[in-house]
Amino acid sequence: MYELIVFLPLLGFLVAGIFGPWIGARGAEYVTTGLLGVSFVLSWIAFVMVAGGADAHVLLGNWFTSGKLVATWALRIDTLTAVMLVVVTTVSFLVHVYSVGYMSDDPSRPRFFAYLSLFTFAMLMLVTSDNLVQMFFGWEGVGLMSYLLVGFWYERPAANAAAIKAFVVNRVGDFGFSLGIFLTYYLTGSIAFDQVFAAAPGLVGKTVHFIGFNWDAVTLACLLLFMGAMGKSAQFLLHVWLPDAMEGPTPVSALIHAATMVTAGVFMVARLSPLFELSSTALSVVTIVGATTAFFAATVGLVQNDIKKVIAYSTCSQLGYMFVGLGVGGYSIGIFHLFTHAFFKALLFLGAGSVITAMHHEQDMRAMGGLRKEIPFTFWMMIIGTLALTGVGIPFTPIGFAGFVSKDAIIEAAFASHRYGAVFGFLCTDIAAGLTAFYSWRLVFMTFFGHRGDWAATLPAKAHGDHGHDAHDHGDHAAHESPLVMLAPLAVLALGATFAGTAFRYLFIGGGHEGFWRSSLFLGQENHILEEMEHVPVLISLSPSLFMLGGLAIAYYMYLVDRTAPARLANAFPAIYRFLLNKWYFDELYDFLFVRPAFAVGRAFWKGGDGAIIDGLGPDGVSARVLDVARSAVRLQTGYVYHYAFAMLIGAAALTTWYLFNGAMR
Amino acid sequence: MGIGLSNYLTLAAMVFTIGIAGIILNHKNIIIILMSVELILLSVNINLIAFSTYSGDLTGQAFSLFILTVAAAESAIGLAILVAYYRNRGSIAVEDINSLKG
Repeated sequence: MYELIVFLPLLGFLVAGIFGPWIGARGAEYVTTGLLGVSFVLSWIAFVMVAGGADAHVLLGNWFTSGKLVATWALRIDTLTAVMLVVVTTVSFLVHVYSVGYMSDDPSRPRFFAYLSLFTFAMLMLVTSDNLVQMFFGWEGVGLMSYLLVGFWYERPAANAAAIKAFVVNRVGDFGFSLGIFLTYYLTGSIAFDQVFAAAPGLVGKTVHFIGFNWDAVTLACLLLFMGAMGKSAQFLLHVWLPDAMEGPTPVSALIHAATMVTAGVFMVARLSPLFELSSTALSVVTIVGATTAFFAATVGLVQNDIKKVIAYSTCSQLGYMFVGLGVGGYSIGIFHLFTHAFFKALLFLGAGSVITAMHHEQDMRAMGGLRKEIPFTFWMMIIGTLALTGVGIPFTPIGFAGFVSKDAIIEAAFASHRYGAVFGFLCTDIAAGLTAFYSWRLVFMTFFGHRGDWAATLPAKAHGDHGHDAHDHGDHAAHESPLVMLAPLAVLALGATFAGTAFRYLFIGGGHEGFWRSSLFLGQENHILEEMEHVPVLISLSPSLFMLGGLAIAYYMYLVDRTAPARLANAFPAIYRFLLNKWYFDELYDFLFVRPAFAVGRAFWKGGDGAIIDGLGPDGVSARVLDVARSAVRLQTGYVYHYAFAMLIGAAALTTWYLFNGAMR
Repeated sequence: MGIGLSNYLTLAAMVFTIGIAGIILNHKNIIIILMSVELILLSVNINLIAFSTYSGDLTGQAFSLFILTVAAAESAIGLAILVAYYRNRGSIAVEDINSLKG
């Protein structure tokens, strides 16, 4: 059964990818979606079985053996994997269904569905891996599919640039990840999780010499591995690719850049919890990086105008929350937020896709407004998504929308933790809860309330020209509700966004967590974060909700009551506004620090090294000398008969002279 | 002082030189080149006949008769080529004939 879950999407990819031209777009849709539907059902069965205690380990085969290094293909099915299986196949299946409607006028649908299925396969290989190398295989697989899907509309330069950026930035993280794998192998002599985890406690206190310093072995390994997680999960400093990746089709953003691939980093840290738990320093770094991301991305989200960019920064911010949860030792809290976030963020993205379809591929929120009456179903779905994201619920009870249960747990855990950096984590996540409420409600108010064109005055001229792959007919056309095939997945996700938190709280982070997670997550002897977070002061428990209400109130005032307020505020603090609008100038900074020098070095090697030296002295130089000689030889060929005759005469005379003299001497 | 072998050879050498010079120095008319070629052949004939008489062997004189015949045929062909060439290019000036220029 577990083999089926993982390999059915691969089969779907092969059928749609190879036979796409014969079975047609409709056939490709049916095959991939149908196979993924089976995978989805089996995953939930597997989840129930594993939750009941039936862990499994399926050996598929040997990949390679080199000395002591043994890499196998295997499926490691424990609770953590089962949770990820459910998340991945559910969202992927719903996105497949949704794409049938969303991509219905795209000419290369077989390719799209093949990519989606192959992505799902790679992601499933990642989450089921039982060694670091197979995880790296899945890791690179999802990276590749992200590249292909972001650049799906390859005729658009912006999409290609975004795809390349996503790939290159991920390479930076993957470099750290691979170094981490090497170091882990060097330290423990194995890459299989079981052996690594068994050997890990013996590594405490060991040091390794690396770039001139003696490092604590476990800390260094964890930091290098976490670098990979930072790249894949778009954490602070390596986050720059995620907003640009919104150039891809919206279902792709929902599947890859909200629910699954970007959470691979969170999954990896949780999977390696026996390693991370040994290094307090590494967990502090995880906390601080996550908190910074949560705060930073939320501030940028405040002022973005592209509906997908707002949600992208929201994703970035929520990933930061997950890392804070992991960093303070609450691995199950981080995974719980991953689980709930997958539902409501996919819901928000797919809802945004429905809005974009309704607006005829307009993505700028300033061109929208008043859509509440025209697309009521999408409106209510977006409201549910927003309620879940901002964390609406009844304080002091586990009853509330998904985000309320998981996000507030992270904030409480951050407060309860005594780890270095936890205070910073608490402050950042708590404030970011308010910012989250502001930008989420701002999105809803700008898009669905008021009237069309309320914000048109703030639109720059022709700003919409580069959005959407088909932007020529936007504006005053009546918006229309999306077809049922797009709305049904929204409804399913809305169910998840509403009830996933309340329903699964007991198992994931409540009293049932020990029996549920068993050995898949490792908690140290002194790690009692799950109990401690239940005993935080009342005001702290209440604070995320207060911040959320504050954000909602400010958004309500600025975007519904007094519509001139945003412009006045921006004019009052132009420097801050520009700083946020330009995303803290990270793109410009990286452009200056890395991209330009890289181009300069490349140009120097190209023009100087290759052009001047290698070609100049090599092929080009030789051919130029040959040409020079030939050119002088050509000058001899005048074409006049008498010149040739003269040359013959001279030659004959010379030969004769030679023979005469030689003969005389002999 | 009678006319000896060396006189004939000198004459032949002079005729040969005139022929060569005619080819090399003439930049105008291609017919002059043909005539110069004839001169060179004639100088060779003179040599052959002179040596034939000198050594009392008739082979050289027979050979010169053949050369004359072949030379006649050769000039006929040469002139025919010239006529054809003139029809094609409208000129038989040596300076215009440089298609082999590199």
